[in-house]
Amino acid sequence: MTAVLPTTDQVWQWLGEVPDPEIPVVSVTELGIVRDVRWDGDTLVVAVTPTYSGCPATAFIDLEIERHLREKGIGKLRLERRLSPAWTTDWIAPEARDKLKAFGIAPPVEGTASDGRLAARAARLSGETNLVIECPRCGSTNTEKVSQFGSTPCKASYRCKDCLEPFDYFKCI
Amino acid sequence: MTAVSDTIAPAADPLVGDAALKPAFFDWLCRMGDSALILGHRVSEWCGHAPILEEDIAMANTALDLIGHTQMWLGLAGEVEGAGRSADDLAYLRDAAQFRNLKLVELPNGDMGLTLMRQFLFDAFHYDLLTRLTRSASPRVAEIAAKALKEVSYHLERSSDLVIRLGDGTEESHARMQAALDRLWPYTGEMFADDAVDAKVAEAGIAPLPSELRDGWLATVQEVLGEATLALPEAKADVHLGGKTGRHTEHLGYILAEMQFLQRAYPGAAW
Repeated sequence: MTAVLPTTDQVWQWLGEVPDPEIPVVSVTELGIVRDVRWDGDTLVVAVTPTYSGCPATAFIDLEIERHLREKGIGKLRLERRLSPAWTTDWIAPEARDKLKAFGIAPPVEGTASDGRLAARAARLSGETNLVIECPRCGSTNTEKVSQFGSTPCKASYRCKDCLEPFDYFKCI
Repeated sequence: MTAVSDTIAPAADPLVGDAALKPAFFDWLCRMGDSALILGHRVSEWCGHAPILEEDIAMANTALDLIGHTQMWLGLAGEVEGAGRSADDLAYLRDAAQFRNLKLVELPNGDMGLTLMRQFLFDAFHYDLLTRLTRSASPRVAEIAAKALKEVSYHLERSSDLVIRLGDGTEESHARMQAALDRLWPYTGEMFADDAVDAKVAEAGIAPLPSELRDGWLATVQEVLGEATLALPEAKADVHLGGKTGRHTEHLGYILAEMQFLQRAYPGAAW
């Protein structure tokens, strides 16, 4: 018996239907964490990269991917964890950035990744304590950082000084 | 139906299978993994107890990053050893004398000042070490370092910022930060103490000799302490050595008793 295997394009499309468990408005492909889809004989291999190395959602994401592909009739499946190149917020798809904003999370602003001592020092020396992050609710740029660490590893906590609402910022790495 | 296995797609790395290198490489990977694990566990002890919510969250995040690094380092250690031990086996089923972490990271948390000062002294070292490791001759080591470095950048930014704010803060916060620094200083020398294991992995191009990192670390520390109006201790830094070879303080046993209880009492328990 020779079964016709689905194309990798088809699989990518299916993976685009798997939501991120923490931020369900974006899919795992929009988040840029699916790095490769290929056939190894009749086994489908999907390579996934973690956003943060200790992200507790990683195992759950694998499970969701497996469940969805099983529903689509994939019999033999292997998930690979890929570390390199390390995931970066630059891989978040442009359309996903708008979805994040609509969901109440300020999307990552390029060039705002920490570089350890340099970023904090530069900010202090220039007297600039904050980067310009737009409030996802009212659009004001009059915002301040509360903490570089937020409700999940990928988020920082910010506050809007105009509408006074706290919000999450998807921080750059 | 084939079961899904979360396998790592390894970058080709001849050093991982190098028999002559194995004992030193394994030991060195345990040093990396164990320091991340024990510090991660210590920091996680603050969860639900930190003085303000933002710091509670920041410490839980930092702990989570460090446990993530542990999985990568000890996972690779298990592969290098080739005896079928997983990262979990190494974390949960070794006894204190087999742990290779720095003594600095196993010390009890003390107050927030001590916790933050320890974090800063370690972060400044960790940041420089990982930066060097991104150019490791071992592609597997380099990819773990590149991943971890992104997260540790945020750790160092936070800890240096807080050391400055609290050092150059109130009389009380200044005194506590200075006391923390004086207490921890004799433990810092271990980060830069070379031994035969370090020499072996350095020779293979896997990692720099720890002593090479001392000057850069001291420059960062002096700069931050200067802004924090804290005085660099005059005491010797190379006092409490031995963690890297398994000679620990009594405190490590208590951490392991708590951390390993479940796997010891119910071998193979999973959920």
